[in-house]
Order: sequence, then structure tokens, then C-alpha cells
Amino acid sequence: MGEKEDNVIYLDNAATTKMSRTAIEAMLPYMNDIYANPSSLHTPGQKAKEALELVRERVATVLGCEPREIYFTSGGSEADNQAILSAARQGARWGKRHIISTAFEHHAVLHTLEKLQEEGFEVTLLPVGEEGIVTPEQVAEAIRGDTALVSVMYANNEIGTIQPIGEIGKLCRERGVLFHTDAVQAVGHIPVNVVTDRVDLLSLSAHKFHGPKGVGVLYARKGIRLQNLIHGGAQERGKRAGTENLPAIMGMAAALEEAVLKLPFQSKQVADLRDRLIDGLSRIPHSVLNGSRTSRLPGNVSFCFEGIEGESLLLLLDDRGIAASSGSACTSGSLDPSHVLLAIGRVHDVAHGSLRLTLSDETTEKDVDTTIAAVTDVVAHLRSMSPVWRDLESGKKEFIIK
Amino acid sequence: MALYSEKVMDHFRNPRNVGALADPDGVGEVGNAKCGDIMKIYLKVEGDVIADVSFETFGCGSAIAASSMATELIKGKPIADALTLTNKAVVEALDGLPGHKIHCSVLAEEAIKKALQDYFERNGIEYDRSLFPDCENCDHCSHH
Repeated sequence: MGEKEDNVIYLDNAATTKMSRTAIEAMLPYMNDIYANPSSLHTPGQKAKEALELVRERVATVLGCEPREIYFTSGGSEADNQAILSAARQGARWGKRHIISTAFEHHAVLHTLEKLQEEGFEVTLLPVGEEGIVTPEQVAEAIRGDTALVSVMYANNEIGTIQPIGEIGKLCRERGVLFHTDAVQAVGHIPVNVVTDRVDLLSLSAHKFHGPKGVGVLYARKGIRLQNLIHGGAQERGKRAGTENLPAIMGMAAALEEAVLKLPFQSKQVADLRDRLIDGLSRIPHSVLNGSRTSRLPGNVSFCFEGIEGESLLLLLDDRGIAASSGSACTSGSLDPSHVLLAIGRVHDVAHGSLRLTLSDETTEKDVDTTIAAVTDVVAHLRSMSPVWRDLESGKKEFIIK
Repeated sequence: MALYSEKVMDHFRNPRNVGALADPDGVGEVGNAKCGDIMKIYLKVEGDVIADVSFETFGCGSAIAASSMATELIKGKPIADALTLTNKAVVEALDGLPGHKIHCSVLAEEAIKKALQDYFERNGIEYDRSLFPDCENCDHCSHH
């Protein structure tokens, strides 16, 4: 990967990543030379078609499935929408109108489920506890005779907790219930295999692992009838109309292979830096790590700091060249803080003071140490002007984070 | 970030009149931690004039900037002027705020009014109650 172009310490890799050089270079021939439409009959078109089918095989190999089970989409959100709507409609044909998911899914899942509720489906959202992990036992208890689908994210986008997908997959397979996982934050960061995980439907997005934006994959196990979201031409076995974005697909495949190849040694390196960052931020008084410390993505650090608000924290970190993210209401334009933080039991007062730092393989130990110092400083500065902090310190109010 | 004007960022980065005043003549606090903004204004009054003013704020960048600007707008001014300070004047002085941040300026106006009300109460000065925020019966903070 290329050198850092500026002095920004980019710690928002769960939002999106910088494209890898390998991915960019994999795209270029499909813009310069092999640019024809894979649906065209002429030789250039057939060359593109051949490339498309070869790249489908490569992606299938990484995920452990067959090429015909891979559908290229515009990204994770489209894949989530199509997976859930398809499974729901398939279930409805058998009179199954119950869906199980979790309280802290991505909005691409939650809002699709809300749409299905409006259509008469019943949705059970399992609680995730303070650790931010749903258990196979919870899923087992929730499954009913009319359950059409279980949808559980592989790893959470805000707090990085990894779910027991293999165990839930096994359970669902035994009980004959379709299982979807939103693996957008997981693929390329932890090992994912649709066969050993017994997943029926899986969504992924290229730009989360140094691939291009606007492209993703829906894996659908053979035998599952997908419903079109986009109608038109016969691309993607007739299940996703629109000329294939071949350059982006090539970039995604290259990024995916690179990420998976590097994973064994890189995840340890990133996780060590993550732990260093967690240890450093834990030294700030009245701070708390969000989500399990152990079952956690290698690059995710999420904290709440009592007595301050997240947006002002982000702005002051930005001033110091640190790009971060927050689940605070003020950054989203809505009144409520992140549903993920509320789901793990953080009360509003505390959830407003949240900070998410997501690392990549380009993050250095120096970046981590600079960030620890900056966050420590900025939190102290904001607390010094916070009437909430004054009340907490004077004992007028009790600390929520001890 | 281009979310805010340079003026907002200046007041956010270098807040004026920040901290508590010793022996204030009036204190006003509005907002709640649940919705993510609390502003507290401290006043020192000499005669009819706001001799000194300071603030403490828990909130986003625009909440801190609005508090800072509001204190600047009333410092050294007659009480009558402070009483008529509007949130619109705060927004204008900051060269604007994004739509969903206007409530921060409303909080600044209300915090100043609340501090003045406290000053009137402490000194037995009569005032028109209808001109002041009624935080006990107002749902502003849950519906902005």
C-alpha cells in the first residue's frame, strides 16, 4: 500500500478504507482496455464476459462457495436488502412470517425489517447484552415454527463485537431456518467461510477492505430464490439488472484476495495496536470500552467518556489531524444517540460521549500513542467546561461510569 | 470540517468567558444530558449592567460556540439588552448555524434569560414571568 500522503491519522476505517494499490491497479485494465459490455456479442464484449466469470470464481474461492452463488451488487446495503426481502418472501409462501434479528444491526437490515413489519411480518430483535454479543441459545429460544429467517451480523460496525456465526449457522441449519449474515465489517478482517459457518445468505462490501466503493457481493446458497430489487436486463442470473461494474468488481476481488492473504499476520499486528489504544484510553478516568474486549474485530476501539459530548470531541481531534467517528446524536442530526450504544445498555447521558477509532494495517504505534495523548487532552479540556462534569466531580450527581 | 462557519469554529476552539464565576449574582442552567446539551450561564451585575458573564456547556461544537458568542453579546451591556437577546442574533453573529443546530442558539438565549430570572428572584426585583423560559413545562429539549 502507498505512503501516507498527508499528516492525517485516519482512524475511521469502519466507515471506509483507503483503496489498496493492488485494487487500483486491478481496475485500470478494465477501464482502459477491456471496457466493453459483458452482455455484448462481439469479441471485446465476450472478453469482458470472460473476465467477469473468472473473477466470480475467484471471489467464490475466497468465500468457500460456488461461483453461481455469487451475485455482484452495488454494495452491502443492497445485498442486505435483497437477502432479507428474498428470504422473507420465500418464507411467506410457506406461511412463515416471522423473522429473528438483533437490536444492533446496521440500518440496512433494521430498516428493511421495518418495511417487512409494515407488510405484516413479525420481527423479534434479540437483545445483545452489555458485551454486545448475541448467543446461539437466544436464537434457539426465539425460533418458532413460522420463522422464515434469522439475520445476525458477523461483527458490529460501531463496537466491533464478533458474533458466534458458526454456532448460529449450525443451529439454523438443524432447525431448517434460513440464515443471513451481514458480514460487511468482517470479511477481510477475520476468517469467514460460508460453508463452515453454514450461512445461507451473506452480504459484503468492497470498500471496507481497501476495495472500491459502490460494489459488493450477495452470496446466496444454491436453491434460495432471490427476488429482484432492480428489474431490467438478465445480468447476474437475472437477479440483478444493470450492466456489471466490471472495473469495481475486479478491484474488489483483488482487494479481497490481498486482505485474506495478509490476514493471518496482519490481524495480530492490528489487534496489538488496538489493545495498546484500549489500554491507553482506559487510563482516562470515568471512561469505558464499549463491547467485549476479547470477541472483537482487530481494528475496533469504541469508548464512552462521561461528562462530554462526542461531536465536540471529534471536531477537536480533527483539529489535531485525527479522523475519528462517534455515535453521538449531534453527529447524526437526530436526537437519539446510536441505537448500538443504547442496545448494550449505555444510557443517553453516556452514549452522547462516545468515540469510535477504527484502525488499519497502515496505523502505526506512533499514531496510536499520538491519539491516546490527544484524546486524553481533549477529553480533559471539554470536561473543564462541562457543567455536567462539575456536578459529577462535586458529588452533586453520581458517576454512571465508575 | 465545513459543517460550521469559521466564526463558529473560532468560538468553539477559543471559547470566550468559559468557566464558573465566583459569587455570581445569577445562574441559569437549561437543557438536559439526555438530549445531549446543557448550558449554564453565570452573571455578575453592577447597577443595570452585566459586569461579567461566563458559561459552562456540555454539548456539540455549535452549543459551545453559541454559548461563547452569547456571553460576548451581553458582556458589559445593560440588563435590558441582555433580556432582549434573541437566538437569531446569536445565529447571525456566528455567521449562521446548520438547520439542525439552531436549537443550540435557542438554548443560549434561554440560559441567559434563566440566569437573569435568578438574579431578579434573588434581589426581589419584579419581572414579567411570561418573558422567561418555563423549563418545567417545556418540551423543547425533547422535540428540537
